[in-house]
Parts: sequence; structure tokens; C-alpha cells
Amino acid sequence: MKRAFEFLIERAIFLSGIASIIFVVLIFFFLLKEGLALFQTESLTGFLFGKNWYPISDPPRFGILPLFLGSLLVTLGAIVIAVPLGLASAIYVAEVAPPKLRDILKSGIELLAAFPSIVLGFIGIVTLAPFLKSVFHLSSGLTALAGSIMLAFMAMPTIVSIIEDAIVSVPKNYREGSLALGATHWQTIYRVVLPAASSGILAAVMLGIGRVIGETMAVLMITGNAAVLPTSILQPVRTLTATIAAEMGEAVSGSEHYYALFAIGIVLFIISFVINLLADLFLHRKAAR
Amino acid sequence: MVNKIEVKNLNVFFEGVHAVKNLSLEVKEHDILGIIGPSNSGKTSFLKALNRLNELYPNSRTSGEILLDGVRIKEIDKHSVRKRVGIVFALPLPFPLSIFDNIAYGPRMHGIKNRARLSEIVEKSLKAAAIWDEVKDRLQTNAFKLSGGQQQRLCIARTLAVEPEVILYDEPCSGLDPISTLKVEEAMQELKKNYTQILVTNNVKQSARVSNRTAFFLMGEMIEIGETKQVFTVPKDKRTEDYITGRFG
Repeated sequence: MKRAFEFLIERAIFLSGIASIIFVVLIFFFLLKEGLALFQTESLTGFLFGKNWYPISDPPRFGILPLFLGSLLVTLGAIVIAVPLGLASAIYVAEVAPPKLRDILKSGIELLAAFPSIVLGFIGIVTLAPFLKSVFHLSSGLTALAGSIMLAFMAMPTIVSIIEDAIVSVPKNYREGSLALGATHWQTIYRVVLPAASSGILAAVMLGIGRVIGETMAVLMITGNAAVLPTSILQPVRTLTATIAAEMGEAVSGSEHYYALFAIGIVLFIISFVINLLADLFLHRKAAR
Repeated sequence: MVNKIEVKNLNVFFEGVHAVKNLSLEVKEHDILGIIGPSNSGKTSFLKALNRLNELYPNSRTSGEILLDGVRIKEIDKHSVRKRVGIVFALPLPFPLSIFDNIAYGPRMHGIKNRARLSEIVEKSLKAAAIWDEVKDRLQTNAFKLSGGQQQRLCIARTLAVEPEVILYDEPCSGLDPISTLKVEEAMQELKKNYTQILVTNNVKQSARVSNRTAFFLMGEMIEIGETKQVFTVPKDKRTEDYITGRFG
């Protein structure tokens, strides 16, 4: 009886373990099958480097360059805002803030992560977009910059809490050793604590980028959704993710448009994969040294 | 000889424990003062009070006076107290940097940028800590690649590099084998010419070998202080005698 129970439990755990892998593989092949079908009619270079995305014109044009640049611009903007701010805030929480304030700040940051992105996007539309419009004298505040700022807010909690963890887990003796040599608190943070925490900091940045690239709904609402080649961060742009979200409902199943959206999915998959791979390589190189 | 350090009625409380009780003593220039005593007798708390390192712990409190060259250390900037009174910890812990950068760390923090000057300091410090010959060909390798004994001498060199006047050792040889211990002790003898040193040790014999004066701490009180020879041959207090002959609990 007992052995049969053990056997059942073991099988159940094995099945749940293997299920996740099976699902990943199935999704991957489905994505490939549907996405690659586009290239029966469209050339790879036309898809990747085409400057026009007119999926329902005649003949349709499926160039994702404007979408790709839109994603790139919004992501870079978000990272430029979120990483320095997140790093500074993590340093403050981990090293400078008195214990009581630290607890309050930490829960505050975690609360920020609890906001659904759609809510942030909505708040962005009614507050941030008009603000940007009046500051930069634009015809519309729904721009790449607005998207970057909102996404920076979304990536911040991840970045801050992972960097904070990395800083706190730096051995206390490093700090003491540095301070005992007469170094100041800031010198100690900058020269010893941050380098020792660098792999955690990099992981935080990578995860932040991952969150930003994969984010759909907020950017769909706030970036203006114009699939044109962006020349400035103050222009409306459209991202890869937003395109899929906006058009999947109206694309006819089995049409070229439908396949093109899946092909965009493959591109997104490759981007995320490369980021994870880079983060992993860096972390392991660090660990092996 | 001049008094380098004077301690008057020092009390240290650490996490509610009265770790050092009403301690008064003097350390003369070029002395090596050995401090012996069982664990929890306040030896480390005393050392950390001497270079204001205990201020890093929010629940630590001190009263009484510590004078460095006749000046109260509370009135000196804490960074310069720590520069003048260096400390070597029980567990050698190099920074995750190269050997060179570990030694150059302190001088750099105090504003020395010139590469040639830094090289000079690094060489001088490593020589003084009796480790130069073992590492001179691989200054750019990571300090973690060194053995435990080498890491401890590296940490001594790191302390020397900021040109302190006093060096405190907190059980510097507790994790080392006898040969590495001997090398560290030899380094201390060399350093006697230029530095005042205080050596906290769990190893009674080490104090007998290295120090010229010895103090015996018990439960936060200093039971006895005197010339090492006198303390080890004709201790004044029965408890000192029991401890150094190994009859203590």
C-alpha cells in the first residue's frame, strides 16, 4: 500500500515536471509552423528590413523595421531611465536608509509591482501624455518617451528588489575591511560593494529588459501606435508586442497577415532568448572566475 | 618611551552585554601588547573601540576615553582614526580584486592616483608583510587564488599600505597552519621597528613568543597586565596562572 502510494506520488511529480517542458516544446513548434508559413510568399529580408507595415493594403506589406525600431526605442528609453534610478534607489534602501524606513520603502516598491500594467498605462494616458504634450509642445503626448517612462516604472520594482538583494548579500566583512582602512561609506559602496554585487546587478538589468520588451498593454495604450520609422523619441511609435495584440483579433486565421503576426512572435522569442542567454553566460563566467 | 595609546575607564556595551568593563591601560610606542583570555572576554570589542569600528554596529555603545598620541579619538575624524589605527581580522578576507588592487585599495581611497607611487607602496607593503617573494610575479591574479596564510599576510600588507601608526590584530592566526603562523609572527617582529601593535590571540603561546607585554582579559575585565616574561613566569593573579597553564575551564 505504502509503496503504491510512493509510486503514484513519484509518477505525478514526474508528469508535472515533464508537462512544462512538453508545453514549451509544443508552443515553440506551433510558433515556428505558423510563423515560417509567411516566408512562402514574403522574403526574409523584406520582412526584417522592410520599411512599411501595411498588412491590409493591396498588395499587403509586411516590413517590421518600424515596429522593431519602435520596440528598441521604447526599451532603450525605459532602461536608460529605470537602471540608474533603480540602482540608486536600491543603494539607498540597502545601504543608507535607517532600518524602519527601509521596511516601508521595500513594501512600497513591492506594491508598485502589484499594479496591473493596464492601470499604469491608463494613468499614463490621462496624466503623463498631456504633461509631455505641454512640456515639449507636441501635437500628441502619446509618444515613445511616454511609453519609456511608463515601462521604466514597471521595470523598477524588479530592478530595485533584485539589486537590493544582491547588495545585501555582499559579505559584511568586505564593508568592514574597507571601512577599517579609513575608506568612507560611499567609497566602500562604490569600490567594494557594487563590484562584488555586479552579477546580481546585471541579472536585475536583464530581467528588467525582459519585462519591458514583453510588456504589451501599457505600450499599446500610450505610445500612439503609429507604425512609421521613428526618428525621435518624441514621436508616436508602435512596438512588436503592441502590433500582435492590436491586430490578432482582426487577422483572418490562415491569412498572410495572420502568419506575419506569428513571425513577429518568432522575432520576439529570439530577442528574449538572446537576452536570457547573455545574462546566463555572464553570470556563469562570473561564477567560474 | 612615549605612550602611543592611553585608555581610561573604557566601557563597551554590545547588544546589551557589558563587553568591556572599566578598562584602563597604556600602550607604549613600538610595543607589541598581547591580549589573551577566553572567548567572550571583551578582547575584540576592545580592539574595535580603538579604531572606532564598533560605531558601525547600531546597538553598540562606549564610554570612557581613548587617547591616541594624547588626543581623544572621539575628536579626530573617524576615517583618519581608522587610517592611523589599522586592523587585521581573524578571517583573512581580501576584496574580490587582484593582489595589486587589494593593496592599492587603501592608498587610492586616500587620494593617491599616481601609478608609480602606487607600485612603490604595494611593493613596500608586501615586503613588510613578508609575502613579496611569493607573489611578486603574479600581482595581477585574483587574491582568492592565494592560500589562507598568504591571504592573511596580504591583509596585513593591505593594512600597512595606508601607513598606519598602530596595527591591531584580532586572532590573526586562528585559521592558519603552524608554518604560516610562524611567517605572520616573523612579520610582526619585523614591524616592531616602525609600528605599535596590539595582538589579540586565543593562543597563549603566541603571546609568549611575540609580545613584550601581555594583558589577561576575563569576562570583560582586565585581570592583569605586565611584561610578558613576568606574566608568564610569576603571574600576580591566580586566575592568570590557571589560564596560562591550561587549568582554566
